[in-house]
Amino acid sequence: MLIYAVCGAGIGTSVLLKANAERALSMLGIGAEVQAVSIADARGTHRMAQVVLATPEIVDQLTGIPAEIIAIKNIFDLAELGEKLKESLG
Amino acid sequence: MKSSYFAPGSIAIQENCPSFQVAVTSATLLLVETGSAHKGYVSEVQNVLEELGPYFVVAPGLAIAHAKLSAAIQRPAMALLKLTEPVTSGSHNDPVSLVFAMCSPDSISHLEMLAEFGELMSRDGIINNLLNASAEGVIREILSSHLIE
Repeated sequence: MLIYAVCGAGIGTSVLLKANAERALSMLGIGAEVQAVSIADARGTHRMAQVVLATPEIVDQLTGIPAEIIAIKNIFDLAELGEKLKESLG
Repeated sequence: MKSSYFAPGSIAIQENCPSFQVAVTSATLLLVETGSAHKGYVSEVQNVLEELGPYFVVAPGLAIAHAKLSAAIQRPAMALLKLTEPVTSGSHNDPVSLVFAMCSPDSISHLEMLAEFGELMSRDGIINNLLNASAEGVIREILSSHLIE
């Protein structure tokens, strides 16, 4: 399974989000590939992710993407990440 | 995360900060003043903020200001500006009183630093401790208790 962690440029927030999403996934025992990408990449990609993680500001810019989009308010909160990922994937 | 990322002088407290934009500039200037980035980096970060909005406010009360890798960056470094009175950024995580700034000259150090920062900030209580700290010495103590030499 492929999960995108999205931020404006794909180099900052998304990398933080990816690292903590991977930790939350491993705590849940869910195997998935997480990629840090920019908004443009998330929109224009040929290999669509099943789930897209982003902060609420970015989520507004991702409408129309054929994936489940999950807004993460606090990207350092492993409990929030874990809960939302579990709800979506578990 | 390595304590050397926070150079002497890279942690500051600001009173009466008028806006989030000013806070981001002041935090980024700490990187310039400590010799980690050239002045051009400050406007590069402002451009990101103007273009994309306050998306780097990534947790309640906390922002991590940064721009893309650029020639304006000299070495991997971090800075932290603590605001005595929080400001609003327009983000879901308002109000903001911890403004980190980061820069790194190449993508490898950039990714390393971000991964380490993410791990650090997800430790129990650290963000709350930083939000409650009001002196530079206390902030440095909190960070050093989590950082490695």
